[in-house]
This record gives sequence, C-alpha cells and structure tokens, in this order.
Amino acid sequence: MADAAAPYRIKGETGDWEVVVGLEVHAQITASKAKLFSGAATAFGAEPNTQVSLVDAAMPGMLPVPNRECIRQAVRTGMALDAQINKWSRFDRKNYFYADLPQGYQISQLYHPLVGEGEVEILIDEKDESTAKTIGIERIHVEQDAGKLMHDQHPTMSYVDLNRCGVALMEIVSRPDMRSPAEAGAYLKKLRAILRYVGSCDGNMEEGSMRADVNVSVRKPGDEFGTRTETKNVNSVRFVQAVVEHEARRQVELLEEGGQVAQETRLFDPDKGVTRALRSKEDAHDYRYFPDTDLLPLELDDAFVEECRSSLPELPDAKRKRFEGQGITPYNASVLTAEVETARWFDALLEAGAEPKQGANWVVAELFGALNRLGKDIEDCPVSPAQAAELLKLVADGTISGTIAKQVFEIMLETGEGAGQIVQSRGLKQTSDTGAIDAEIDKILAANADKVAEYKSGKQQLFGFFVGQTMKAMQGKANPGVVNERLRAKLD
Amino acid sequence: MSDLTAKTIAELRDGLRAREFTAREIAESYNVAVAAAKSLNAYTVETPDDALEAAEAADSGKATGSLAGIPLGIKDLFATKGVDTTAGSHILQGFKPVYESTVTANLRKAGAGMLGKLNMDEFAMGSSNETSTYGPVLSPWRRKGSNVGLTPGGSSGGSAAAVAARIAPGVTGTDTGGSIRQPAAFTGICGIKPTYGRCSRWGIVSFASSLDQAGPMAKTVRDCAILLEAMAGFDRKDSTSLDLPVPQWEANLSSDLKGKRVGIPKEYRIDSVPAEINALWDQGIEWLKDAGATPVEISLPHTKYALPTYYIIAPAEASSNLARYDGVRYGLREVPDGGNLDAMYAATRADGFGAEVKRRIMIGTYVLSAGFYDAYFTKAQRVRALIKDDFRKAFEQCDVILTPTAPSAAFGIGETTDPLAMYLNDVFAVPASLAGLPAMSVPGGLDGQGLPLGLHLIGNELDEQTVLNAGLAIEERAGFAAKPDKWW
Repeated sequence: MADAAAPYRIKGETGDWEVVVGLEVHAQITASKAKLFSGAATAFGAEPNTQVSLVDAAMPGMLPVPNRECIRQAVRTGMALDAQINKWSRFDRKNYFYADLPQGYQISQLYHPLVGEGEVEILIDEKDESTAKTIGIERIHVEQDAGKLMHDQHPTMSYVDLNRCGVALMEIVSRPDMRSPAEAGAYLKKLRAILRYVGSCDGNMEEGSMRADVNVSVRKPGDEFGTRTETKNVNSVRFVQAVVEHEARRQVELLEEGGQVAQETRLFDPDKGVTRALRSKEDAHDYRYFPDTDLLPLELDDAFVEECRSSLPELPDAKRKRFEGQGITPYNASVLTAEVETARWFDALLEAGAEPKQGANWVVAELFGALNRLGKDIEDCPVSPAQAAELLKLVADGTISGTIAKQVFEIMLETGEGAGQIVQSRGLKQTSDTGAIDAEIDKILAANADKVAEYKSGKQQLFGFFVGQTMKAMQGKANPGVVNERLRAKLD
Repeated sequence: MSDLTAKTIAELRDGLRAREFTAREIAESYNVAVAAAKSLNAYTVETPDDALEAAEAADSGKATGSLAGIPLGIKDLFATKGVDTTAGSHILQGFKPVYESTVTANLRKAGAGMLGKLNMDEFAMGSSNETSTYGPVLSPWRRKGSNVGLTPGGSSGGSAAAVAARIAPGVTGTDTGGSIRQPAAFTGICGIKPTYGRCSRWGIVSFASSLDQAGPMAKTVRDCAILLEAMAGFDRKDSTSLDLPVPQWEANLSSDLKGKRVGIPKEYRIDSVPAEINALWDQGIEWLKDAGATPVEISLPHTKYALPTYYIIAPAEASSNLARYDGVRYGLREVPDGGNLDAMYAATRADGFGAEVKRRIMIGTYVLSAGFYDAYFTKAQRVRALIKDDFRKAFEQCDVILTPTAPSAAFGIGETTDPLAMYLNDVFAVPASLAGLPAMSVPGGLDGQGLPLGLHLIGNELDEQTVLNAGLAIEERAGFAAKPDKWW
C-alpha cells in the first residue's frame, strides 16, 4: 500500500523528475443512434459510405440541425462529473482542409462550451481508499467526428469513408492533475465507468468510441510546468499508461542531455511502445475558429436541465458508499461498482432479497470465478439475480450448507434449474437429524480409536478431523452446528 | 389575346381563374420569349418542359395553389433537383443536386413551374453580374441614345434582367448585402428581402450564413407579396428559420399609411450621391406623406461603419462556407500530374474560383486568422450589434425607413473595375442586411439618362407588411410604367 501512496518519480542523472499529465478524452455519444447534426445512423462496422446524409457529405446548401438527444447526453455526462452546465453555449467552426472533412471545417465549441468545470474522484489503488485523489475537469464540449481515409484499397489512390463523419463526440478535457501512469490509467477507467453508468458512451475503446489525447510534461518537483507534448488518439488504458511512461522518460533524457522539449503533436506506436513526432507547433494549423452562424446559440431551459438531472442513475461513488453502508467490505464494494453491468446485476440481487454482505462475498468469489471459467460477461450470466438470491437464501436459512451451495450453483449453471428445485430433487437438504448424525459419529470414532485417544490426551486440533469425517460421511448435508455439538458431547 | 408576358403575376393568376387564357399559353409565351432573349445571357439553363408540365398540372386542375400555372425563373443559387445548380461558378459546373431547395420546393407546391436557372455573380459575390463564370448578364435597359451594354446589378442580375425583359413574370433572388434590392433598382422592378429567417436557407448555396436570405423579384409590389407568401415558412432543416406562421401579406396590402411614421435617416445623405437620387428620395417622402404617413428624421449613427463591417463578416463566413468546394466529392477536380491532396486542393480551387471569390476568401481567411481575429472579426461583430441597436432605437420613433436603394443608376459593363468602388453600390442596402431586417426596392423614376432609380424601404423585424404597404403607396404614386425598348 505504501507504494501506491509514494509519489511517482523518474530517476534522472540530475535527480528525480515529476510527470504532469492531462487527458483530452473523445467519447462518442453512442446513446444517440444518429449523428450530431444529421439524421444519419452511426452503427459501428457498416459498409463504407452507407451512413452518410447530404449534410454529412457537405453538399451545397446543406445545413446542420442539432440532435437534441446528443445535447441531452452531454449534459447528463456533465452532471455526472459534477460539472457546471452552461445553459447558453454556442458552436464554432474549426477550419482546416482534409479529405475526411467534407465541410472543410469541424463544428465544435471553442469559446462557449456546453459544460464547464467539474471533477472526478479516482482511487489510484482501487483496493485502498486512502489513495483517493480528485482530478479536475476543465470543460466538456460537443463536436463532430471526421470521416476516415483508407490508404490500403488502391495502389495510388486513397479512399474516403464518411460513415463516421458527423458522429457526435464529447471532448472531456481534464486539468493537468495527474502525476503518474497509474493515475492516468485510474482516471481513464473511472471516466469510462461513469460514462457507461450514465449511458452516454459505451466506452468501447476497441471500436474507437473512446480515445484519448495524452498531454505529458516533466519537471523537477515544485518547479513550474514544463513544455508538454500531445500524443493523439490513444485507444486503451494500457496504451495511455505506456505513453505517459515513455514520454516522461524520453523528455527527461532529452532535458538532461541539454535539449528542449518541443511543443508538438505525437503519435503512439503500440507495436514498439514508443511515440513519434507527427507535427510541430510551427506547422500547426491556424484553425480560424469562429461562431457557426448556421446554428443558433444553444439555450437550455430549466425543464430540459431538470429532466437531464432526474434521469441520471446512481453513480459509481454513491453506489460504492451505499454498499459499504450495507456492511460490504470496501474492496468488494469497489469491485462491484467498477462496471455498470456488475453493479446492475448486484443491485438486482439485493432487490431479490439477498443479504448484502453474503451476496457481495458470493458474487466476488463464486460468481466471478464461474464466469471467468465459462468465459462469459455478467450480461450473459446463465443464472439470474433472482435465481442467485434463492440459492443464497437457502444457505442463510440453513437449508443447505456452503459446501452444498457450491454444488447446487454448478448444477444451476449447467441446467438452469432453480436452487430450491435442485435441492429438493437431489435430496441435498441439510439435516439436523441427531439420530443419523450420531450413528455416523459413532462409526467414525470406532474406526479411529487411535485418534480419539490422541485427542483425549490433549491434541485438540484433531477435532476438525472428526468434523470433516462426519460431514463427508453425511455427504455434506449435515448441519455443521449439530455435528459440532454432537461431537463435543461424545468426545469431551 | 394580349401579350401574356406583359401581365403581372396577379393578372395571370386572376386571368387563369377566369379562364381568359390557359397556363399552357402562359408557359409557351414565356418559353418563346426566353428562347429569343439569349443575348441577355440571363438564363444559364432553360427548362421549358418544366414550365409546360406545371402548366398542364394547372390546366388539368391538378395544381390549385396560389401560383398554379405561373412559370418562374430561379436564381442559380437554389438547388433544383436534377437541374444544373452552379452558383455561377466554374467549380460547380455540371453539378446536378439530388435535392430541391426548400424555397423552390415551396414554390412548386404552390403550383409554379420553372423557366430555367438564372445567371448571377459567382457565389452571389458581386454587384454587377460580371463575376459569373457564364459571363455578364446584359441589362435590357440602355442609356438614352447609347448602345453601351449596362449591368443589371448583382448578384441577382439574371433574375432582375429576366423580370425587366419580360422573360419571367417573377423570379427568386437572394440578398446577402443588397443582392435583391440593388439589381431591382437598376432594372426598374420590385424586390424584397424579408426578415432573416423567413425563408429557409436549406438548399441555397451558402455565401454568408448570418446574412443570406431569399426573396422574390417581380414587376409589382403585389406580385412580390404573392411570391413571398409562397416562398416563406418555417423549415426544421434550417436551424435559423423562424418558427412563425406566414402572414397573408397580399390580402393585407394597403397603401393607406395614415398614422405611420416614415423615418428619414440623416446619415444616408451622402455628398457623393448624384442629386437626381437625392431628389427622388425627397419625392418619395412626398409620396408617402400623400399616402397619409408622417416623415420623421431619425439617426442611424453607425451607418458609416456598415460597409466595412459587412466586408469583414461576409467574407469571413464565405471563406469557411466555400471550403467544401475542394474537388473531393463533386464539381470540378483538378489534379496536377503526380500531385498529392494539397496539390489537388490548390489546383481545383485556383481553377474553379474567379478573382472576386478568391479575393473574398482571402479577406475572410485573413480576418479570422490568429492575431487578427479580435482586431477584425470580433470588432466587426460588435459594430454589427451597434448597427442593430441603431435600428432598434430608430423603430421606436418610426414604422418604416425610406432611403435610396443604390447610390447610382446602372453602370456600364466593365466600367467599374475597382473592387472598393463596386462595394459602394451596397452602401444603403447593407445596414438592413447586418440587422436582419426586411427591406425592399421599388422603382421611383428614371434618371436623366433614362435609367431606372429605386427607392428603398426598411421595416422593423417581421414587419414585411408595412414595407410592402409603403412600397405599394410609392408604386401607386410613382406610376412607373417605363419599359426598356426591346433590342435583344
């Protein structure tokens, strides 16, 4: 635990260096099935140029019309990040030429973003609440995605796919508050979890619905910020951490050799694990941002904002605290709330009547193990929360033992039958019948006279052996309390 | 049967209802007139069959709208499905949209047919129609005793010439900084730019989004009212379109201006403007007084900044709006041998755009660039707000404002070569554009050389009715009946 709390330092020849990280996360608003300013669909993996409207292709005279659902999801996301919602915001044009940008400009929000300052609380070590840290959010703005160029379709020509063109993105800009690869990773994971709770973005980094621009600089602890580089379009938590690590080391080496860090845009090569310069600030575009007068300023009324707020689900931090309040260990609470599907499943389990602490232990130990073995996600869990609650109830009221419960669960996974039915039809009910238990105990004591003698001469730990033998003989169905009580009566 | 091309739209409509003639006869008369007027270079595309089809629909009773059987000319800035739509630019040559602009779709719904597409300054940038890739339009008007070719004004020059030459009973125009009103004045016809947002911009090739507005041009004020009613209306495909019902402008036309106050802005008295124009302005005041209105002097103190403000904002927006013409998806594509993407952009745009369009793209790019943005664009935005505020205050004192439309009568083709001198054409028109207000030009009389002069009416936001009514009062009193002698 001490390691997580110790500051992350890069050891240089001239001493320790600190890394400063800020992330710009582009999250696609997947909750809206349509694009930001056109009605075209946004499904992933469609045939090229099959999800392109006249507006997306920037045909002459075509005009953008804001998609209300995209705005709603961005506002809800802002609320989930405890951020200021700007009831008056405006779209600006970012002008540049590229073949995947039909309009010749991207509609974005520079001057008046939809969402202002907010924050995210992260646990640098998710098992340790003492490693909590708050990362500031500077702003969230809404903007259009660009299309895609394909360079591998023809020997001399490039092809353009406009399917992604105009898809709604939220750009979530953090403060430069992170100080290690682990913090950057924890922030991105937490952000992803929150977006998935809210439902605005599916957080699917492989499909590109979430990607990060990673800003990294280094400094001697206590110094002013150094010059930063921006590594674009990093699409996994692991890669973000690799970028921070690599960039920090590269910059330290550069500085210690007497060089200077150039403010530049870089790309990450996941195969080699290194970044390389894409373009320097000198040949950076002048984007000539200015208000887009094809669109009116975005004005949110109170009813709209209220609906956004009231439609927010319970968020991970609140849920974790609630779980902890119900007696669930902080570790289990953290694990159960990390993914929205797990949290939903567990909430359904509680709703079906499971005891929180017992339920949490069972989910984390038994259910996760089983899912892992089956290679399934919790959404595809063959056992429903109601079925699991029934099983846990049978353990809690003494109908079956924990050992039998494991067997019953296996049968449930295989057959889909209910726990009660399995216990009934297979005769797995726990017995407190002292006659049957006594009979087995007598047989065991008789067969192990040597061990009885040893026990009586003071080898107390042999008691467990007799319990085990009795339970085995009873095929696990004996009530452990009764077995204990009868053994003591006979041995002591 | 009298010459159908001499009739107003109202007369054609009423005559059709009274079965004095058929829509087919109207379409045929115009098709013949259009085909015979090629020397004017007003049309870039002729669509006689379209006009005939609409006439059939009207004659057979299938089309019953307010414009059933009326053929119109359409400015080439409006997307017309399957018909070349090029904005007068080489870069769009051959472009046939698969969609129809909202305004022309509205006109078609009202039963109108299309005679063809009308020539215009390239991307509506110009005041003389000389920047068109199709070459200049010739005005049907000539100076007394002269054969010098005159400009019909611009950018809706083909539109204006078509109405004046009676090769269309009415046309669509667009007005960004005077492009309906100045050509209407130059050619002795009426033209109105409604309040910004009345007509959907969807399907109209964009020049400057915050200023562009479609409007009608026709022989009379009444015809403008009829056409505007059909063109206007809320359109959810244009976020800036006004979600308001369309008023019954024609039914409410009245030249009785009792109780109306006419604002006369003192800043519009400019020394360099010819005396004839100021005299016509004074005459206009008298006509409105005669109609019952009271003239009041008003002040629009930021008027002198309007033109420079316009020439920052409009090019800035244009530089971005025209970025889509890049050779990638439609229109012209020029690829130099072995050239990459940047080379394609450069070659396509160098070849595709004319000098005036390039000039404005460069001005616009400059005023938006880092380091200049605040000094130019931000300041222009602020001045624009002040100009709007000038009008807001003025309309506390008056109901409509009267000014000249343009500082001169039509000039000869090739006579004005200095771009800044050309820009001055819109000195009276531009303030209303910046403020998004309805404004109209109606013919007032002829100058000493026999060329038409226009009077300009600016109304308060959404008050097209008072503009039209004041226009009607002038029209009735001016008795403007002059027509160009047919030489084409």
